Amino acid sequence: MAYCSYCGRSAEGDHAACEKRLSIIDPPRYCAECARRMVVQVTPAGWTARCSRHGEITSAR
Amino acid sequence: MTAAPEQVDRSTDVVDVAREQVLERGVGLTEAQVLEVLELPDDRISDLLALAHDVRMRWCGPEVEVEGIVSLKTGGCPEDCHFCSQSGQFPSPVRSAWLDIPGLVKAARQTADTGATEFCIVAAVRGPDKRLLSQVRDGIKAIRDDGNDIQIACSLGMLTREQVDELVAMGVHRYNHNLETARSHFPNVVTTHSWEERWDTLRMIRDAGMEVCCGGIIGMGETLAQRAEFAVQLASLEPDEVPLNFLIPNPGTPYENYPVVEGPDALRAVAAFRLALPRTILRFAGGRELTFGDLGAKQGMLGGINAIIVGNYLTNLGRPAVQDLEMLDELSMPIKALSQTL
Repeated sequence: MAYCSYCGRSAEGDHAACEKRLSIIDPPRYCAECARRMVVQVTPAGWTARCSRHGEITSAR
Repeated sequence: MTAAPEQVDRSTDVVDVAREQVLERGVGLTEAQVLEVLELPDDRISDLLALAHDVRMRWCGPEVEVEGIVSLKTGGCPEDCHFCSQSGQFPSPVRSAWLDIPGLVKAARQTADTGATEFCIVAAVRGPDKRLLSQVRDGIKAIRDDGNDIQIACSLGMLTREQVDELVAMGVHRYNHNLETARSHFPNVVTTHSWEERWDTLRMIRDAGMEVCCGGIIGMGETLAQRAEFAVQLASLEPDEVPLNFLIPNPGTPYENYPVVEGPDALRAVAAFRLALPRTILRFAGGRELTFGDLGAKQGMLGGINAIIVGNYLTNLGRPAVQDLEMLDELSMPIKALSQTL
């Protein structure tokens, strides 16, 4: 099962508002694999988000 | 600290009055005049922005001050600022995190690489403890050891006199501590400390010789009259810089369902704050991406703004720095050089 990394709910259904936030001003907050809240560090040029179970992801920029 | 709004002759156009009072004489608008500006109809916004831009050019000059910010300590704050996703009192998805020294040095280097002259180190705390101040001290030393001479500002909450002196000794040249909103609205936004406590910290900063950076957030349920009250209260503080944020309704906070500030209202606010604070650095800060989009950001830059935070914010993302730098280039607005600030 996949989860929305903005709201942490099941990725099924309408997440247009979540996707808009993620595309403009928000880093992911929930692990897309398990919905755990991630430890997120935002820096001037990017971000890192770490799930205690599934490891770290980083921004492309 | 602010007198009751005075009566204004509504038969006189406030834009014309501001042209003579603010542009020609450099005298900021009164609370009642700021309110008039905030109430101008949409078809007057372009006139208003043009005047605010002229005021900025006349009293501040063409340069734009560029700054980057980073969160040294994220989340877990004991205070209940209702707009903030870092409060430990709300079910926000933001988890606590500390940035290590190498990460801080890298962030400062990324900021300097954009041409920025300011780097602000921020922590989500009521006030700094010894551990945090030690981390700031070590971080500043490491940034200097990296060969980075960017000016360093801090935002670490409320301070004691001794802590102010410590920051001065570390070489911190500017301190950010936002009043956030009008004094009359503050108790609706924060209950764990008072507007006056924040004011006291700001006075200590000024008395110690540090530059004062103090602004707030538009769109937290304040009335237009309270928005005007806030602008004039800030003016009475005579801050070196006013960062102007627009509410980002963050999930889990009491304001998560508040509407995003409409672009025209935001532009009126930008111009009104410039006309209340003709000589102050007025910085575009958080929320502009949601409120304005790309087009509105340009309008704001041509409406009185003369400073900008580039890149990301503390817990939210901004536009890539290169986009804002290209915008400044397109607008023929030179970036303030570090040598001019030393």
